[in-house]
Amino acid sequence: MIHAAPIIQPTKVIHFSQVSKRYPNGYEALKNVSFEIAEGEMIFLTGHSGAGKSTLLKLIAAIERPNSGSVVVKGQNIATLKAGAIPFLRRNLGLIFQDHKLLFDRSVFDNVILPLQICGFEHRESTKRVRAALDKVGLLKREKSNPITLSGGEQQRLCIARAIVNRPAILLADEPTGNLDSDYANEILSIFKSFNQVGVTLLIATHDENVLQQFSGRTLALVHGSLTPESAAQAITGASNLGNLGKLR
Amino acid sequence: MITGIMDHARVLARTIRHVFHMPVSNALNVLVIGIALSLPTGIYVILKNLERVAGQASSAPQLSLFMSMSASKEAIARIEKQLKQHTAIEMVEFVPRHEAFAQLKLTSGLADVMGSLKENPLPDAFIIHPKLTHSERLEALRDELRTLPHVDHVQLDSAWAHKLGALIKFANLVIWLVSVLLSLALVAITFNTIRLQVLTQRDEIEISKLLGATRAFIQRPFLYFGLLQGLLGGITAWLIITVSMALLNSYLANLTHLFASNFTLQALSANDIMTLLLFSAYLGWLGAWLSVTLHVWRAEIK
Repeated sequence: MIHAAPIIQPTKVIHFSQVSKRYPNGYEALKNVSFEIAEGEMIFLTGHSGAGKSTLLKLIAAIERPNSGSVVVKGQNIATLKAGAIPFLRRNLGLIFQDHKLLFDRSVFDNVILPLQICGFEHRESTKRVRAALDKVGLLKREKSNPITLSGGEQQRLCIARAIVNRPAILLADEPTGNLDSDYANEILSIFKSFNQVGVTLLIATHDENVLQQFSGRTLALVHGSLTPESAAQAITGASNLGNLGKLR
Repeated sequence: MITGIMDHARVLARTIRHVFHMPVSNALNVLVIGIALSLPTGIYVILKNLERVAGQASSAPQLSLFMSMSASKEAIARIEKQLKQHTAIEMVEFVPRHEAFAQLKLTSGLADVMGSLKENPLPDAFIIHPKLTHSERLEALRDELRTLPHVDHVQLDSAWAHKLGALIKFANLVIWLVSVLLSLALVAITFNTIRLQVLTQRDEIEISKLLGATRAFIQRPFLYFGLLQGLLGGITAWLIITVSMALLNSYLANLTHLFASNFTLQALSANDIMTLLLFSAYLGWLGAWLSVTLHVWRAEIK
């Protein structure tokens, strides 16, 4: 296998080098995974459930740390990152969860404003940004509703609004179309594409064949915690070119 | 900077709303803290008043010098001259035996008994106001005066105040013990309240962490809550003490009227109140901090 030199070029926003992750119960979720993602790429991460997709996303967001190898996100090495620096790394990331992780004790609006409160935004600016994010996902009219009254697709879009309100450079989505029918799934996919067009880097984990058929860019396929040979070949060589191609199409 | 202050103000406002969101359970917590704090504070107030009484008595120590019955007038005059020249003595009062006898007859209500006495049993005496107040030096002075000729007995009158002082010192130690124990109780109450809050807000904490919240951001509302609960508990203790003192004073007014004195309990000073409120607020904060540290951050290390 070929490995990238440990020098990180500025355009590489995510860089995995020989990363392994073993959980305390002995389960080996990732084995020797290496790849790079350049700024502005939109990449799908595929594989069956249990293949290690979620673990890979968790490593990027520093929710888990690798046992060996290095994960570098925006120039910061996750393996050696101090606990106090983790919040500031996460502020560069928009996280979209399969289970949405919404708060049902507050309105749609208050769910979306949370990341801005965390970052200490001024209230008037926050309000403006929250409305813009809700507008983008088509939930502006529901801002006063409780998220529990929203449909599955609407909850997923709410989760997306919360992830983008902070205008992060990188969006990580874990099964964003997981339980949705294909109409909703396409809607969400087109939202993602529009973000990518304005320069956001996206990494989307999915096992949804419909979604993958519509997408022609670079994919990373995981099987039992390792990248497939085809993915591994794509992972390093000319990765950013392929990403650009994906964007052009 | 201004947004930072606004953040704090917003969190504080939310904390206050939170307190009023569950008025009964929070009010009960505050009451428990208030009662716990009012115990040592109450003992402190009583001791402070006792100290004041003891202080008034012992601030002017006296020595009583009794001459022997056989002492001649010349001997007494000599002693008086000697006492007046003594450097450690401020003032000397001579109490002739017949005067003392007459006074005793008047004040003790034992006129009949006294009248039946064939002769005056009281000796001539001096009341001595020394310059010094230190108890060891006073004792030395007493011992020195005892050796003078025709002196039968010398008594240090502040001895009882001295004993009371020792008793107050002991009671102060009791206050400390009670305060430490009840402070621990206060910390424990806040600790537990915050633990329950952390449990009910587990989702919010978890999600906030994922969205990039710092440790300070997450623990701030809990610390404010602990601080506020402690402060309200301190205010409750202050109210309890003030009301109790008012009740006691109205009763004392009747009581002291009978004894023709106007003794009233002295209330907490502004300094005492500040100390009480700061201390209770700090303890509330401490309990919250311990709880958050244990339940939010320790829980993180798997």
